[in-house]
Order: sequence, then C-alpha cells, then structure tokens
Amino acid sequence: MSRKPIEPVQVVKQRRDAALSGLVHGVPYVQYMGIEFDRRGDELTAVMPFDEKLIGNPMLPALHGGAIAGFLETTAVIGLAWSVLWEDIETGNFDSDELAIGHLPRLPKTIDFNVDYLRSGLPRDAYARARVNRSGRRYASVHVEAWQDQRGKLFAQATGHFLMPSKQDG
Amino acid sequence: MAHQKVKMAKQFISAIPHCKALGMTLTEIGDGVAVMELPYDLRLVGDPETGVLHGGAVSALMDTCCGAAAMSHPSSPAGTATIDLRIDYMRAATPGQNVRTRAECYHITRSVAFVRAVAMDDDQDNPVATATGAFTVEGLS
Repeated sequence: MSRKPIEPVQVVKQRRDAALSGLVHGVPYVQYMGIEFDRRGDELTAVMPFDEKLIGNPMLPALHGGAIAGFLETTAVIGLAWSVLWEDIETGNFDSDELAIGHLPRLPKTIDFNVDYLRSGLPRDAYARARVNRSGRRYASVHVEAWQDQRGKLFAQATGHFLMPSKQDG
Repeated sequence: MAHQKVKMAKQFISAIPHCKALGMTLTEIGDGVAVMELPYDLRLVGDPETGVLHGGAVSALMDTCCGAAAMSHPSSPAGTATIDLRIDYMRAATPGQNVRTRAECYHITRSVAFVRAVAMDDDQDNPVATATGAFTVEGLS
C-alpha cells in the first residue's frame, strides 16, 4: 500500500479557505452583521468588527444584547457546520466549486440558545470561539465564549442545542 | 398621560441604532407588557435556500421587547440590561412574513426583572419562538 502523496500547503489552504468562505459569505445575515472568521488549521475565531448599527445603548455606549446573541449564534452554527465539514474537506470529498456558486451544505438548525451577558459589550471589535461539546447524528451541543480586548475576560457566553441536517438532504 | 409614555417609549426604541438598523417598531407598551414587530428583510436571512430569517434577528427582537417590558413595569425605576436570555425555536418563521413579539415582565424584585416572550408570524396558533430572560433593575441613583 502506497501512502497518498502529501499535498502542497497552498493546495490544502486554498481548499480549506474556499470551504470556509463559502460557508460564511453565503448567509446574508452574517454579511449584514459584518462577521468574519479567522482560521488557523481547523480552529476558527469569529470576528465582529465594531459598527454603529450594533449599538443597543447609545448613552454608555454598549453593544445591543441581540447583536451579541446573533454573533454568538452565528459562531456556534458556523463552528458546528465547519467541524462536520472538516473531514470531507480533508479527504477531498468535498466540492468547493459547488460552495463557491452558493450551494451551501445544509446548516444545523438552532433548537435553543441561552446567552449569559457577563459585562456590557464595549464599542470595539468582538471575538468568539465555539466548542462543540457533543455532536451526534441528530443533535449537537455547542458552547461559545466571546471577548473583546482581553481573551480571559469574557463579555458573553452561550450554550445552544442544534438539530443536525440529515445526510440525505445533501 | 399614558399616551405620552407610549410615545416616549417608541422614540426611545427608535433611537437604538441596532433596532433602527433592523427596522423594529414598538406597537404597544405599558404595565410590564410590550409588543414589537420586525419586518421581513432579505438582508436578515439566515438560510439563503429557504429565505428563513436568521435566529440572531429574532434574538434581537426578543431581547429588545423583553427589555422594554421590564422597563415598562410600574416597579421599574429606570433602565435595564440583559443578564441572561434563553430562546427556544419552535419552527422557522415563514419567509416574507413579519415577526411579532409580545413580552411580559411577570415578576420583578428590587434587583431583577423576570420576563417571558412569544414570537409569532401570520400563523397565530403556532409560535415561532419563545424566550425567557432575567434583566437588571437599574436604580435611579
């Protein structure tokens, strides 16, 4: 048995980035909120750059709780879809051209989402990472942490449950 | 007098940049109850294949409406901030239809307001989502 030849780094990166970009840029709400994802290997960090339209309390000023919830939910859904997609991307069982023309894989559906607001969101960029604590055939549980200036000082966290898309749906 | 309060609350909500950006409107408020509406908007779609609104947009509506309900409670002196909010998504909101939320502050202490809310589209018999949350009660001082 001969081993598969190791692919050049650019080929691997291009495929991973194309998959991520298709996933993120295909969703209008994610675009509207200005949310982007940084990738290091399989690790994703969601970034929501500050924008005036995200303000919920103009007096403080502070980010809107709903904008924060939307940011965390986006981080959870994309993080979960990415973790499921990862294996297909790595084995090449995945058509990034399909994604590029807007054929998204079916995304997980939120069953419930519980946000803890730990401190007010400052008028700065916000970051978040999702951890998939359990991913089964039908259900998944995901935890999200969000911070601004200091990684150790979370301003919000959330736990959500998701219904996984069935494989037959493509 | 009550009419004046409603007008002020409407102005207050419409001055919130995120609510303005999403096009939310307050239709009813008073005694711990608030009703708000979010118009269907293609920019807020979460699933481009079906055109269903993203959960984040519904969350923003629920959060604002719950906060407004907490603030409108007779025992609430001033502002409020969300401590926690849990949303259960019963079904996808029908594409093209507006989402309406009714929130009720069912208990309030000196420090915490407890609020629940229901979100509906045109099908009034089947809720789109429900929410429960705890909000701070900010003193006047």
